[in-house]
Amino acid sequence: MVSQIISAVGVMVVGVFVCALYYWLSDKILQVIFPTPSGDIQRASRNLNRRAVVRPWLFLGPALLLLGVYLVYPVIATFILSFYDRTGSVFVGLSNYRWALQDAGFRQSIFNNFLWLLVVPAACTFLGLVIAVLTDRIWWGSIAKSLVFMPMAISFVGASVIWKFIYEYRGAGETQIGLLNAIVTFFGGDPEVWIAMPFWNNFFLMVILIWIQTGFAMVILSAALRGIPEETIEAAVIDGANGWQIFWKIMVPQIWGTIAVVWTTITILVLKVFDIVLTMTNGQWDTMVLANLMFDWMFRGGGDSGRSAVIALVIMAAVTPIMIWNIRQANRETGGH
Amino acid sequence: MTGVVLKDIRKAYGQVKVIHGIDLDIKQGEFVVFVGPSGCGKSTLLRMIAGLETITGGEMFIDEALVNEVPPSKRGIAMVFQSYALYPHMTVYDNMAFGMRIANESKSEIDRRVRSAADILQLTPYLDRLPKALSGGQRQRVAIGRAICRDPKVFLFDEPLSNLDAALRVATRIEIAKLKESMPDTTMIYVTHDQVEAMTLADRIVVLSAGRIEQVGAPLELYERPHNLFVARFIGSPAMNIISATVKETGDTTTIALPDGKPVRVPVATAASEAGKAASFGVRPEDLSVAADGDHLFEGKIAIVEALGEVTLLYLEEVGGQETIVAKMPGIFQAKKGDAVRLTAAPEKLHLFDAEGKTYRR
Repeated sequence: MVSQIISAVGVMVVGVFVCALYYWLSDKILQVIFPTPSGDIQRASRNLNRRAVVRPWLFLGPALLLLGVYLVYPVIATFILSFYDRTGSVFVGLSNYRWALQDAGFRQSIFNNFLWLLVVPAACTFLGLVIAVLTDRIWWGSIAKSLVFMPMAISFVGASVIWKFIYEYRGAGETQIGLLNAIVTFFGGDPEVWIAMPFWNNFFLMVILIWIQTGFAMVILSAALRGIPEETIEAAVIDGANGWQIFWKIMVPQIWGTIAVVWTTITILVLKVFDIVLTMTNGQWDTMVLANLMFDWMFRGGGDSGRSAVIALVIMAAVTPIMIWNIRQANRETGGH
Repeated sequence: MTGVVLKDIRKAYGQVKVIHGIDLDIKQGEFVVFVGPSGCGKSTLLRMIAGLETITGGEMFIDEALVNEVPPSKRGIAMVFQSYALYPHMTVYDNMAFGMRIANESKSEIDRRVRSAADILQLTPYLDRLPKALSGGQRQRVAIGRAICRDPKVFLFDEPLSNLDAALRVATRIEIAKLKESMPDTTMIYVTHDQVEAMTLADRIVVLSAGRIEQVGAPLELYERPHNLFVARFIGSPAMNIISATVKETGDTTTIALPDGKPVRVPVATAASEAGKAASFGVRPEDLSVAADGDHLFEGKIAIVEALGEVTLLYLEEVGGQETIVAKMPGIFQAKKGDAVRLTAAPEKLHLFDAEGKTYRR
């Protein structure tokens, strides 16, 4: 244990040192290639300009290289793999894509992803906004906000384990240790196997992500609400608007940009949802989503890199436009900085 | 007809009292300006009239109706904020129409009122613009237009010119004066810390200090007959020269002794009991003039000369812990630092305040 800590600290120190060394050395080399002789002012200033042009690329170099290796290359490789068979060695043209269009599992996953897409970002943003507004003017508001925000600190797998206990099912007659079934039986109902209840179980899984992400939406929207000039609300009060009208016609439009950023950020997250489904149902009982389907085809059931690559590309195609829009919107919100 | 009546209005935030019983009777159609230093409660008082702050004590009537518990929108008021408070996501037209839409006015009526307000304020070409595409002066005109559209009985202005630059401030001030002229029956209450705005716009000025009314009166009344030292110092620029003095002879006219022992006769009546008491002697810089011969109020050397063209300000060197005397000479006055000067003032321009700072003038 101690040796592990020491080696971890060592790696950090060495890492930082190597980075610093790299910057220092590369700058030194620049100075050698583009010298600034004190006698020749014209040459010196020309070389100073050249250094300024080259330096950012030199400093960014390692990062760009790593991004290339770990992001750009996999994208291209995945694209190529999608035209090959399960082993990645025989070219099969579009047959993987044709398979995807006809496969019931794929369709099920697309449908479920759409469900997640419709429900989770909307629910998180709406709840986050409502909580942000409601907690703004009460003394225990910040305590409430901390509690709502706390699930953000829990990993998706951890959160799923917690919720497994809430949805836990024991046979009729046994003591229900699952919170939901305990409540249901307390009121005289019959215990249900919640996560094995096709269609509705999707929503039980979504609740977990909503529980985690509402805090995120709340924090961002709360900050945005604080930015609304108080006078505009007072002016609306004088204009005769009631609370509801002030919220919808004065406050929400003023933070519309932030709402959109929150919404799309969660949308991107939802498109990639994986851990929760894996932990809760493993895609059984009609809860499969694209990311899990991709994982299944790649690493389970024999490993079919071609079909898996097709699914990966579908996810990427869905995420990319939203991501671009999201980044643009976020830049606009912060004035491009 | 009464416009706005305040009876012993009080405001406290928990234990902290900020308004200590204000009694004020504002007539319909009057233009009343609240002035005072920052923190004197003038904005709080205005916001209480608007209904944006609750009233802790006392009674408030607008148009003879008790409004203590009436929501802002039902009080018949409109307010123009310092920061304009325009709805940033709405066009100029929608900003002005918002209140009427909330009140479910007919489309034609909304259109008529918005266009007429835009016409008055020369905003017609900008009706489709968003506030961010307008200049500061235009934004403030939109804010005023929004208030006009509400067709209020009482207009409230909360330092509406503070965010404008000097030139625009003068132009907008004149526009507000014209607006008042075109709406003779509408009461206007205006908060400012700028005495020029107060003097030029007001029918009556209410000088506030630390949550109390110091004096209410017409602008020139406050200037000529300040009730107390606070008002004397607050109205007029540069402020009135105040010199501590001692009452020597009482009667129909009073003779006081300045710190250097010099006797001065002030045409103000005092009771015999005042003899020997400390007092404050005041004279405005613009009432001082160079003494022709022997009879003078102050003499001293000039410490600073500020030539502004229209006037020249002379600051006398302090003598023995006295306050600096400032004199305002009309036009360009030929003087330089170090020159000896003797200053005098007409007797009726002299002010005398008792030890508590209240005027002796009745």
